[in-house]
Amino acid sequence: MIAKASKQVPHFQAIRSGVPYSSLDVAEVRDVRTGEILAEVSQVNAGVPRRDLLLSNRGKAKPRTFFNGLTAKELVEKTKQAGEIYLNGEIEIEGYGAQDSQAYIELLSGSTGLPKSLCLLNMEKVYYVLTHVEGVIEGLSRGLDLTIFDNNEIEHLGVPVCIYPEGEELAVILPSNSPGVNALWIPAIAMKVPVILKPGREDPWTPYRLIQSMVQAGIPKEVFSFYPTDHAGSEAIVELSGRSIVFGGDATVKKYASNPNVETHGTGRSKILIGEDLIENWRDYLDVLVKSVAANGGRSCINTSCIVVPKYGDEIAQAIAEAFAKIEAKSLDDPEAGLAGFANPTMAEWIDQSIDEGLETSGAIDLTTKLRGPGTRKVELENMTYLLPTVVRCDSLEHPLGNTEFLFPYVSVVEMPQTQMIDNIGFTLVATAITNDEHWKKELLQTRHIDRLNFGPMPTCIVKWEMPHEGNLFEFLFKRRALMRA
Amino acid sequence: MDLEKAKQVLDAYVREMIKWHFSEDTGCPFWLNWKKEAGWDPVAEIKSYEDMMRFDHFSDETLRDHQPEEFVPKAFLGRPFNVFETGGTTGMPKQRVGWDDYKVDYSEFSDHYSDDFFPKGESWLMVGPTGPRRLRLAIEHLANVRGSACYFVDLDPRWVKRLISEGHYDMARKYQEHVVDQAITIIKGRSIGSIFTTPKLLESIAERVSLPRMGIKGVFAGGTTMTPQYVRFLIEEVLEGQVNFAPTYGNTLMGLAISRKLTPEDNYSLTYYAPQPRAILRVVNPEKTKETVAYGDYGRVELTTLTKEFFVPRFLERDEAIRREPCHEFAWDGVGDVRPFGATTKKVIEGVY
Repeated sequence: MIAKASKQVPHFQAIRSGVPYSSLDVAEVRDVRTGEILAEVSQVNAGVPRRDLLLSNRGKAKPRTFFNGLTAKELVEKTKQAGEIYLNGEIEIEGYGAQDSQAYIELLSGSTGLPKSLCLLNMEKVYYVLTHVEGVIEGLSRGLDLTIFDNNEIEHLGVPVCIYPEGEELAVILPSNSPGVNALWIPAIAMKVPVILKPGREDPWTPYRLIQSMVQAGIPKEVFSFYPTDHAGSEAIVELSGRSIVFGGDATVKKYASNPNVETHGTGRSKILIGEDLIENWRDYLDVLVKSVAANGGRSCINTSCIVVPKYGDEIAQAIAEAFAKIEAKSLDDPEAGLAGFANPTMAEWIDQSIDEGLETSGAIDLTTKLRGPGTRKVELENMTYLLPTVVRCDSLEHPLGNTEFLFPYVSVVEMPQTQMIDNIGFTLVATAITNDEHWKKELLQTRHIDRLNFGPMPTCIVKWEMPHEGNLFEFLFKRRALMRA
Repeated sequence: MDLEKAKQVLDAYVREMIKWHFSEDTGCPFWLNWKKEAGWDPVAEIKSYEDMMRFDHFSDETLRDHQPEEFVPKAFLGRPFNVFETGGTTGMPKQRVGWDDYKVDYSEFSDHYSDDFFPKGESWLMVGPTGPRRLRLAIEHLANVRGSACYFVDLDPRWVKRLISEGHYDMARKYQEHVVDQAITIIKGRSIGSIFTTPKLLESIAERVSLPRMGIKGVFAGGTTMTPQYVRFLIEEVLEGQVNFAPTYGNTLMGLAISRKLTPEDNYSLTYYAPQPRAILRVVNPEKTKETVAYGDYGRVELTTLTKEFFVPRFLERDEAIRREPCHEFAWDGVGDVRPFGATTKKVIEGVY
């Protein structure tokens, strides 16, 4: 029975393998608009996760035993139940009482600057994975029966398959800009891999709500660790966890590039490529282009940040600019709101300046500013800073603004012959190739620097959780081994 | 000692020390030359500790720019001195001279703790900066006055700082491992009862062995910021609630300030008390340094060192702290929750070892 919600400030305790821990160091989570304190979060020093991880790997019970003999099938069912609690139920937060989904969205929106409409969208994304986790695991493991997580071996398509876990636990260093990324770690629980979550500074709400929903659904609490901590603490978690997922920019990707235990989710530089065979129909794809850039506030690595076309670059950029000019900053409560405010206005300032500096290099024109008027990219509303969607027509991918990504709806439009596209686009997290050219499709299928590939007019930001995203969680967590019996 | 008595003792001591440092037959060349330039006579004008405000802030760069011999008081001429250097600086080090001060400081520190806090007769281990630092001799003296021998594992903080400032984090980590490996070897292979080290090294050592299980009874640590949460973590987890803990605040110029015994009301917030009257700490308004801040407020730490061997007036430490009231253990102001000056407004690299 959960106590009634009070008007007090919620206090998020850290969780150490299921055991709540109140730190003497507390960080405040504030409303982006009013500065009101929305929550207090126990901050643990780096030594806390360090000792927990080191000592758990030294003689104490192995984290996998925390599942108390529950089968993967049972864990799947409980994960589904957790989905219902997460979407419609109440969880308890110390000093606050019961938090329903309404309050969750309210608070999440307030601290992240994400409109409520987008918070709900993200919530639905996460709910989908919780309630479809079996299918997601099936997709990731390519159809292996769930019992493989109970017995480590099964017969699949007449062939014996044996797996073992690559690490004792999965750590996730979460960002604050997109609550939906929590969907990534959810399948680990049904695969019997305990999770260690380091929440983003502005979003303790989502991982905590997920943990509590899962515990309420009957998943043993010992399976979860929740460490709000600083940079040193994050480093300790990544250093000592069996497997880690880290979000960050190019520097983060570079830092962990040679570490097989770490999967980095960095800058996506996702692109739409239109083939020479369909470029004459570009107007038919305008909605897909605009949605790819602007959905979810344009905050995600799977949002399009560059459109590469063999011709009509000027016309396409102009058409996108006209569509973008209709998008305005709206109140976080407005159901029509599609733009996220910046929790950190300095970040908005830096992005705005970076684009202006980039425009000083010849070969780039900001078509949205031409329509809206100079100095109108950065706007203030209700004490919050927004950046309005921006399209820059660039003469090449090498231009400073040609193949880059920002934390808002930003896209460059570049012209290039189809034959040069594959060799020049560089790493691309998601590429949507709009073409019927079978030969070119074959070439695209052969490329190593495109992580996810869509054929046809499909937004880059559509996610199919049954498919790999920046690596395959199952393959990241488990390795196959040969097993023979005499 | 009550507050009034402590004040009388301090004022009398200040007069005595000022006379010592500014008299031709006892003072050192540096301060005697300073007096010629200053245009005022400290011996005539300094009658109490409050009068010390006549002095400007001492710059520790002086200790880099002047030969140590200039700081040798006449009364010590002909007696070879120790040269002690500050921790992490590179280039020409800041150096101070000394003879017996460190022994006095550490004997007093020893007297503050019971025989079983750091068990008498059981060996010590120091893991930290040795070399040209006062600390190395001081810890050995501390062990010796408690009837113990002391083992040493060296750590060069200047090298660590350089590695970090040049971005060689892996190398810094390897070096720390190398230091900890040696410490573990000694702890496992010799009978150690007490340890001096830095909080971070203590943490690393305790990740490899259980200190109480290894027979460690007391730990004396200092050198970096310790927030209440961190102190609690050290006491509850690193020391497993079974090892005596003496956190201290100190440096080459001051000696060491002892922390008052923690009570539940402190909620793990440390308060240090300087070894008055030989060293005096004030918590001052950074903008108007002649003013102390109110009790309970943060301000910049100011140090005055006054011994026959060494005089440093009103040196502004690179730390800030909460001004705390006198307590039953110490009849003068304390400094609480010390942290790098400006820690809340800029990133400070500290506590690298």
